[in-house]
Formats: sequence, C-alpha cells, structure tokens
Amino acid sequence: MLKINDLTWSAPDGGRVLRGVDLEIPDNKLVVITGPNGGGKTTLAKLISGLETPDSGSIELDGTDITKLDITERAKLGISYAFQQPVRFKGITVSDLLELAAGEKLSVGEARSYLMRVGLCAREYINREVNDTLSGGEIKRIEIATVLARHSRLSIFDEPEAGIDLWSFNNLIDVFTDMRKNLNGSLIIISHQERILSIADEIVVIADGKITMQGEADKVLKCLLSDDPSCMECPKKEVHYHGGEVNE
Amino acid sequence: MNEITKEILKSVSDYNDGYKDAYSIRENGCGVARKSTENIKIEDKEDAPGLVIRVKPGTKGERVSIPACVTHGNIDDIVYNDFYIGEGADVLIVAGCGVHLDTGEPARHNGIHRFFLGKNSHVVYQEKHVGTGRGPGIRSIDPVTEITLDEGSELEMDSLQLGGVDKTIRKTSAVVGKEAHLIIRERILTDGEQEAVTDFVVEMNGENSGVNLISRSVAKGSSHQAYRSKIIGNAPCTGHSECDAILADNGKVDAAPELSANHEDAALIHEAAIGKIAGEQITKLRTLGLTEAEAEAKIVAGFLK
Repeated sequence: MLKINDLTWSAPDGGRVLRGVDLEIPDNKLVVITGPNGGGKTTLAKLISGLETPDSGSIELDGTDITKLDITERAKLGISYAFQQPVRFKGITVSDLLELAAGEKLSVGEARSYLMRVGLCAREYINREVNDTLSGGEIKRIEIATVLARHSRLSIFDEPEAGIDLWSFNNLIDVFTDMRKNLNGSLIIISHQERILSIADEIVVIADGKITMQGEADKVLKCLLSDDPSCMECPKKEVHYHGGEVNE
Repeated sequence: MNEITKEILKSVSDYNDGYKDAYSIRENGCGVARKSTENIKIEDKEDAPGLVIRVKPGTKGERVSIPACVTHGNIDDIVYNDFYIGEGADVLIVAGCGVHLDTGEPARHNGIHRFFLGKNSHVVYQEKHVGTGRGPGIRSIDPVTEITLDEGSELEMDSLQLGGVDKTIRKTSAVVGKEAHLIIRERILTDGEQEAVTDFVVEMNGENSGVNLISRSVAKGSSHQAYRSKIIGNAPCTGHSECDAILADNGKVDAAPELSANHEDAALIHEAAIGKIAGEQITKLRTLGLTEAEAEAKIVAGFLK
C-alpha cells in the first residue's frame, strides 16, 4: 500500500501547490486521480516518484518511509512514472529504452510484445531512435511500453491520453484494462478522460492542492457528472470514502 | 609488423591476423603488408608516398582495408592515397588510423585521401581514429578527404573518433555531380585538453544532387571542438547539415554552418544544437532505475552510437 501523510509542496515562486494531502492507494487497484488543471495532480505524481521533494509530510510504500529516497532508489523499489510529455533521445533506440526499463537484455520477441501491447508494429519501431521523428502519439505509446516493461510495484501514468489520436486512445483503454486485470501492485493514472475514469476501481479528485473527493469509481464518477450543485459543493456526502477522513 | 600495430588494427578495423580481401597496412610511415585482388588493385603512387587503389567497374560486395598506425614518437607520417572506383561498383573501404605513444615526443598521421567515384558506383567509407599509450606526447591525426562524385554515384562516409587523439584537424571537401549523393556521419568525443576541428566544404554542381552531413560530438573535460560546414548549391539540389553537440564539464564547441544557394532550386537546410545533457533525459533514465552517472554515460554512448 502507498500511504501519503499530510504532504505539502510549494512551487519555486512560493505558491502553495499541495496543501496537506492524505491519501492511501491500496494494492491491486486502479486508482485514477482527476481534477482541474493546476490542482496539484502532476505534482503529487512527481512527489511519489521522487522527481520533486515535499516541503513537509511523508510517503510510505508498504510501511517503509520513502520520503527521502531519490528517483533512482524509488525506481529500484518498483515505482514507475510515465511522463505526460515523454522525453526524446538522439541515438537511443526504442529497443535500448525497453531494455533499460526491463533492466535486462530483451529478446526480439519480448521487446515486440511490449510494443504490440501498446498497438505499435514492432518491426517498424524496434530499431528507431526515440527522437523527434516520432509523433506525439507514437512516443506516448513507447513511454507506456517502457512502464509495462518494468513490471512495477507501483505504476504512475501522468495524463496518458494527452496528445494522442482517437485510435491510440482506444488502444490505451485496452492497455489499462488489461493491466487492471493482471495487476500485481498498484496503478495510478492521472486523467481527465471519462473513459479512463470509468475503468478505475477508485477515483481521487484533487483541486486547489487538496483532495476534495475520493471513493469508489462509479459513485465518484456519478457525482462528478451530476448536474446537482449540492453534489459538487459537498461531494463527501455523496460518496463512500476509502482510507478514512479526507482533509479539506 | 609490431604488436602495438596489431592491437590498433583490431580496434580500428576488422583485423583478425589478416584481412580477407584487399588491404595495405602502413606502420610508422612504411607499408608493411599488402594484397591486391582480381577486382581491387593496390599500387604505389609514383609522385608521392602513398597508394593508388583501383576498383574495377561492376565490382560488388568487396572491401579494401588501408589502415595506418604510428607506434612511437617523433614521427610525422604523411600519406597520399587515391581511390578510383569503377562504374557501377559497390564496395566498402576501411581506413582506420591509430597513434600510440609511450613517451613524451609527439606523433602525427596525416592521411590525404582522394576519391573518384565513377558513374552509378556506391562506396561506404569507414574511418575510425584512436590514440593509445600512456606517454604524454601529443597524438595528432589530420585526415584530408577529397571526394569527386560522378553521375548517379553515392558515397557514405562514417567517421569516428572516440578518444585518445589530442589534436585533429579534419578537412573534407566534395564536388557532387548529377544525381549523385554524399552522406557523411561524423562522431567525435574529446576529453581533457584535446582539440578537434572539422571542416566540410561541399559543392553541389549536378542536377538533383544531394548531401547530408551529420555531426554528433561530445566535448568533455576542458576540450574544445570547432565544426565548420559550407554547402554550396550551384544546381537544383538538396543539402542538409546537422551539428549536434553535448557539452560536459568545461568542454567548448563552436559551430559555424554556412549555406550558399546559387541556384533558385537549391534547397539547403542547416540544423545545429549545442548544450549540456538535458536534465529531463537524465531524470527519465533515473525513473528506469539508472543512477545519474549511469544515465549520463548511456545518453552519451547512445548519442555517439
């Protein structure tokens, strides 16, 4: 289980982005974090992955405090992070990147299977450089394939739907549905997409640096899609909370 | 042939106690072994130290290796090699070079290679340079490459220098004829106080000719690199020049690309990017479990691959 305790973080300009977040991500669940832009979703993902350091609070993975561990140490514990805007490399091929992710030499068949799972024809991509010649959708799918290759304890996807076409998006849903079926850890997806929200076990809503809603996916989604103003004004009344009290 | 030469040959070419096809091995300014084949003739050059290599028209799938090694100080080796590639031939030319020093005296190899490609011929030219040995002497390798491409011919030049060479001035010039193409891929790594200068001048004189110059370099330590390129479009042609450099430590890189279009249908492009390794690249590889140092090494190795 991932447990986040009273986490705060401020931007370099001093602006408070996270204002005391408490959150528990249970094992074997697909949890989608959603909420308005600028609410703190990506910041929370980066803090979990070690890309940012919190001002205060703590992060525990399976009872171990990982707050002070760096990116590499957290990766070695099994935390993976798929970037919202994947990084490009001159000279590093798709195959190289998959092998780095897997931490071992991959057979052609193994590398192909990861690419096929994200809907890429392996023969066309396996030896291509992860550079500017790839489209936004292609590199996004390769980014997801690298996370698949890691077989992580905790996989975090930051807006995987951003910048990809409809066909790729449909494929993405299949990938996450498949991951959900075969989960051997936890899966966090940051997303605005209703279709991704609808395949979640739980949904967490973050706005203005605080968790404003958390609960079983169908109930939170129903609330989010509701026209009833009372639901949005006081969502805590409408959903079943996982992990106890939610900070306001 | 001494043992140092044999070791250098292994690192700059596919030497394995000899070569399968035609070859000429140069050691400390003298030819020490040579073999011609039915289709590739290697002869002494009459007016200067060096060789004349003639590839018969239509020769396919053969290679010729002409490595040169300098294994001690106080040598300034200059060699003039001319390659005449017959019409329709398709061959591989390997011209590795190494300078080894165990003392403080300097040494240099200066290979001046001229290529004359006949109509519709194709050549892959591989040039790998190394500096070895523990001596503090300056190891210099100053290749000069002059290329003349006849109608429909193509030359692919892969030039690699991955360490140990203290000073290098690399001059490449080409005249590209009708429907001929030139591709040059250069990769250079410098470290310490090393210096490297690359100078390309390509004249596109033939209709529908093309050139693609790709240079990737890494300057570490206090090393300095200078990249100059000039593509001159005198006919309907396409030209592309790309210079990417990574800076580490206190390394410095100058890039001075120049394009001259003297014909309205000359389409010339230059791209250049110089900077340190992007922090996000290191971060990405760290999320895959690499340390910062491992991530840097992987990025540099991939960049120069």
